[in-house]
Amino acid sequence: MTGRTETLDTAAVVRASLRGRRFNPAGVAFEATLLLMLLVSLLILVTLLADIVIGALPVFRDRGVDFVTSGISLDSSTAGVWTALLGSIGITLIVAVVAFPLGIGAAVYLEEYAPDNALTRFLQTNIRNLAGVPSIVYGLLGLAVFVRLVDLIGLGGPDTTAGRNVIAAGITLAVLVLPIIIITASEALRAVPDTIREAGFGVGATQWEVIRHHTLPAAAPGILTGTVLALARAFGETAPLLVIGVATGFFSAGSAGLFDRLTGTYTALPAVVLSWSRQADPVFKENLAPAAIVVLLVVLFVANGSAVILRNRYERRW
Amino acid sequence: MRRLFLGMAIVSIAVSIAIVASLLGNAVGFFVDVDKGSLLDVGWFPRRNRFDLLTPIAGTLVMSLVAMLVATPLGLGAAIYLAEYAKPRVRRLLKPVLEILAGIPSVVLGFFALLWIGPNVVVELLNSPKPATILTASIGVGILVTPLVASVSEDALRAVPQALREASYGLGAKKSTTVRSVVLPAAVSGIMASLILGLSRAIGETMVTFMAAGAVGGALRTWNPLDSGTTLTAAIASVATGSDQVAGEALAFEGVFALGITLFFITLVLNWMSDRFVRRVRQKY
Amino acid sequence: MGVAVESRDQALVESPIVFDVAGLNVHYGDFHAVKDVGIQIRRNEITALIGPSGCGKSTVLRCFNRMNDLIETARVSGSIRYHDVDLYGSDVDPVQVRRHIGMVFQKPNPFPKSIYDNVAFGPKIAGFDGDLDELVEQALTQAALWDEVKDKLNDSAYALSGGQQQRLCIARAIATSPDVVLMDEPASALDPIATLRIEDLMQGLKENYSIVIVTHNMQQAARVSDRTAFFTVDMEETGQRTGVLVEFDETSTIFTNPGEKRTEDYITGRFG
Repeated sequence: MTGRTETLDTAAVVRASLRGRRFNPAGVAFEATLLLMLLVSLLILVTLLADIVIGALPVFRDRGVDFVTSGISLDSSTAGVWTALLGSIGITLIVAVVAFPLGIGAAVYLEEYAPDNALTRFLQTNIRNLAGVPSIVYGLLGLAVFVRLVDLIGLGGPDTTAGRNVIAAGITLAVLVLPIIIITASEALRAVPDTIREAGFGVGATQWEVIRHHTLPAAAPGILTGTVLALARAFGETAPLLVIGVATGFFSAGSAGLFDRLTGTYTALPAVVLSWSRQADPVFKENLAPAAIVVLLVVLFVANGSAVILRNRYERRW
Repeated sequence: MRRLFLGMAIVSIAVSIAIVASLLGNAVGFFVDVDKGSLLDVGWFPRRNRFDLLTPIAGTLVMSLVAMLVATPLGLGAAIYLAEYAKPRVRRLLKPVLEILAGIPSVVLGFFALLWIGPNVVVELLNSPKPATILTASIGVGILVTPLVASVSEDALRAVPQALREASYGLGAKKSTTVRSVVLPAAVSGIMASLILGLSRAIGETMVTFMAAGAVGGALRTWNPLDSGTTLTAAIASVATGSDQVAGEALAFEGVFALGITLFFITLVLNWMSDRFVRRVRQKY
Repeated sequence: MGVAVESRDQALVESPIVFDVAGLNVHYGDFHAVKDVGIQIRRNEITALIGPSGCGKSTVLRCFNRMNDLIETARVSGSIRYHDVDLYGSDVDPVQVRRHIGMVFQKPNPFPKSIYDNVAFGPKIAGFDGDLDELVEQALTQAALWDEVKDKLNDSAYALSGGQQQRLCIARAIATSPDVVLMDEPASALDPIATLRIEDLMQGLKENYSIVIVTHNMQQAARVSDRTAFFTVDMEETGQRTGVLVEFDETSTIFTNPGEKRTEDYITGRFG
């Protein structure tokens, strides 16, 4: 290092040291290692998808849509995902009906009405905590409360089901995704600038009118995106369903009516994936389970993809 | 309207109370009813009335820590690359990898762990005699947690003001020096938060362990990741899907809630810690 | 004339040229930020770059230590010779450049580390193997901060006031024994008293360093600098706004007898 008193010589020193030494092996190695980590993740993703697609290919090649439209069966040559798909769709619809209004209502309260007081802070902390509760714990909640409740109000179905049905599953998963919906809806509402609200108040609208006609429409894309993502999460959720008695074995759905399907024994797409990958029969394990996963992933990719498109198309930068 | 919306917000508190009450109620019942000797048995076999709580707790610890050994380098490495090195075009190309990975349901990773990681990595590469081990589950859970670690730490790195990077470059620091000596230390709270959150998610993850860790019905206490084992979550799922339904056996039914409350409090504490770290980041800048 | 200038007895001695800039153009993507700038920075002088916002004065400053390299879309053309070396030559390492040319930024930006570690950062990464404690003390003393912090060197730099933080950043910059110190509106985020301290400090520092300062504060330029470059914004035919150098001369000349009408308008407060 050059001493301060030698400044007159610095010109020469500077000239000598400016050139060369561009290559920094340690730095390049560091960057390469980081990139490698990302590429390993990519490799894992590719391997996972390839493994599943390769396993599923024979099923779709030999049976095509028949696999999707066939019901649950012990026979590997006829088993399909229809029963499970219906179950999953039913559950997701109930989740939407229960969690969407509750979630948005709570978010509207927290963002538009709530004063900055202890109750509000407690609500917010509590919602953040709920979002971090493991999904299987929600299953235990469902088992202890919702299954019994559904049975108690007469929607429990036959004695063999006793509340372990699509309704209880839907409510349980609705509670599970509720914090996610509240948090994303709150973020969407928070992103709406105050000028929008002031414009409404300026023409003499009440708080509710401002929310209904100005704030909520402005936040709608964000809220919908968050909700779709939450529903996708519910669609792929397995663990809580296991606890609240989703069927993982064979059962006859027959030609049951809507009410019986809602209140009776049910299964769901992820539960079928689980059940088939644990069968001894290699066709179930190596082909049908991957095929069911393909159906599951297609549904999720479509849902997530439309959420992203929704966000990109309607997202406004204020 | 205000009251209606307040009521909806209060539902979240009701849910919390219901969770704690139902877990606690049944767990207390379990501890009253259980034969205390069976709590010290070396194994968790609820159907044979052996309720060694340490078995699933040890399994959970081993599984989640090994999972973090997978997720930490992968997630942090990806985050640092994306936040500090990737050109915008590369970022647009590679970031979706993590987003897609994050959207894959755990049952799918469970399947992948059981039928691909087990035979191809654990048996072939690591010479384990059996494919379904705690390690198998750990790798699967590690993959599952990687996108979470990556996204939270990337946010933390991006929150580091550009002014600090400029200060470092202005002093003649190389890029790698700037990243290691300035950006990473400045983001350390957020990175800690991401790791704690990842650990919490790993501990709470059910399907991968349930499917790939090799324990069916019960497990012996072990600290060796190459053994079959069970975790708090997998043990709950295992009782729930047993041939005799959960509601059938009172003690096993209640025991599941004892596991649940343990799980609940562990994750609660971890999430609280991670929240504290995130707050520290917000305060700083 | 609205601005008081210290009277100088004689014209400046022509000390050696540190930076010789000619035909400098900077583009950010399609945006032509600076056009055809020519300027000379001399040793042990303070050169001020002034002008209205958007005139490209900070952009020019950031060419001197190749800070613009960090911006993906930035393109620099023309010639900047630093001690007669082409600063943008393909064999020149920008990292080495910045070890000789320190920089102080608009807002104080100490690292979230201790006061000591902030100052020691530069020497450490340059592989300094002498007495670090002594070096830190020297730098802090030169930055007129030593007496205020000598008992709390291990405290966080964030515990200091804004003015102290900026002096810490100056100490951090000179701890690497740079040849030139670039200052990008170093006092704009500070109160008047802290500003005055920084200005006093600069007068002392120019004994050892060549200083280039960007400021939008004309009085500051008049008070501290030896030479002043006045930049302004030109409308190009395309309607794009581009920064151009209007006039470069000794500070006393710029402020008392400017050669250009636009300079006079600016310093008398008619625009800007």
